[in-house]
Amino acid sequence: MPTLKDVELKIVAVKKTKQITKAMNMVAASRLRGAQTAMDAFRPYAGKFAEVLGSLAEKSGEEASPLLVPKEDVKRVHLVLMTSDRGLCGGFNANLTGLAESFLKKTAEKGLELSISCFGKKGRDWARNTGVPIGAEHLGVVGGNFDFSAASNPGRLLIDGFIDGTYDEVHLILSEFRGMARQIPTLKQLLPIPPIETEEEDLDEDKPFLAEHIAEPSAEELLGDMLPRNVYVQLYNALLETSTSEHAARMTAMDNATKACNDMIENLTLAYNKARQAAITAELMDIVGGAEALKG
Amino acid sequence: MPGNIKVEIVTPDKAVVSEDAQIVMAPGILGEFGVLIGHTPFLTTLKVGMVRYTDAGGQEHRVFVNGGFAEALPDKVTILAESAERRRDIDLERARAALDRAKKRMETAAQKDKVEYARARAALERALHRLRAAGKEVS
Repeated sequence: MPTLKDVELKIVAVKKTKQITKAMNMVAASRLRGAQTAMDAFRPYAGKFAEVLGSLAEKSGEEASPLLVPKEDVKRVHLVLMTSDRGLCGGFNANLTGLAESFLKKTAEKGLELSISCFGKKGRDWARNTGVPIGAEHLGVVGGNFDFSAASNPGRLLIDGFIDGTYDEVHLILSEFRGMARQIPTLKQLLPIPPIETEEEDLDEDKPFLAEHIAEPSAEELLGDMLPRNVYVQLYNALLETSTSEHAARMTAMDNATKACNDMIENLTLAYNKARQAAITAELMDIVGGAEALKG
Repeated sequence: MPGNIKVEIVTPDKAVVSEDAQIVMAPGILGEFGVLIGHTPFLTTLKVGMVRYTDAGGQEHRVFVNGGFAEALPDKVTILAESAERRRDIDLERARAALDRAKKRMETAAQKDKVEYARARAALERALHRLRAAGKEVS
């Protein structure tokens, strides 16, 4: 049986923990709102971009850009791993590094050389332990405030690396945001750019179709100019998705922690009351016993 | 004027402009072009420079765009830029500082380092166009 003081101290401690988890929950909630706003703001750009790119790709072939052509002999593979900088967000980072782990095994089986670049400290820490050479690391991006250059600068390096043959393929691991309780670790191929899907649904509408556009300088050149940007757009989108996922995951984790604290406080209060009652009973017994003895 | 054309300037961060205009002028890669209502579908990349448009009330607006591309349709112009700033949002102090910095960088990098020179030149161009969009004459 713990003493009264022990239980009291424990209750105070749990209450303090609860305050912290609750505060973290609220911070994550407000950051989540910010991240979602950023995602909403990006949607018109991304939508228009995909539309134009799709119709350009339809008109021009693979030879429009070296970024479209798969390398014949793939030896060196590069992985861009996006995680958060900070923990306390449930299984969020473990899920992402888990996917990276299986990717790592797969490339090892095929005998490919792998290198990694990381957005986020947790992923970097994981990568260090694997012994895979780490290229660039970008900390303080995911989950914070970043603009398009956070995606375009690393994107440029990746493209340069792909063109000069440092890597033959570039893959990306991100966390897709599918709602508060669903963040899905996803593996995507970044380079060479996979065949671009054209949206068929647009064809039915009677608005003028892009195929009739006059393109300046030419459709091929336009496409060649847009494809690198497509990589940045993908990266930026991935950063937004991963950030939003991180905040959502942290919110859920902290919500669960707060609930667990409430349960603990309830149980402890019960134990405290029991212990107090036991003490009172014992004291009463003492007094009654003493009085009886005096009576003689 | 037979009517107004809708102009939209979008960047990854936000929609900068969305309104009706009488005419839109944009810096295409092969030269500046103007768009009126009923323009033939047209697609081009943009240089760093200034987009000008006259709104329905006849007032002229200037927006700095940092490259990107534009799509013109008979009733709408969409400009996708990596970044864009309206005249009132341009940070003059910063642009001036960037201009001086770029000039110095170009001097030190001249001849020796081609990549650095090109970068400094691009920075210089951005700063110049920003200042011009803000209505400042610079040499």
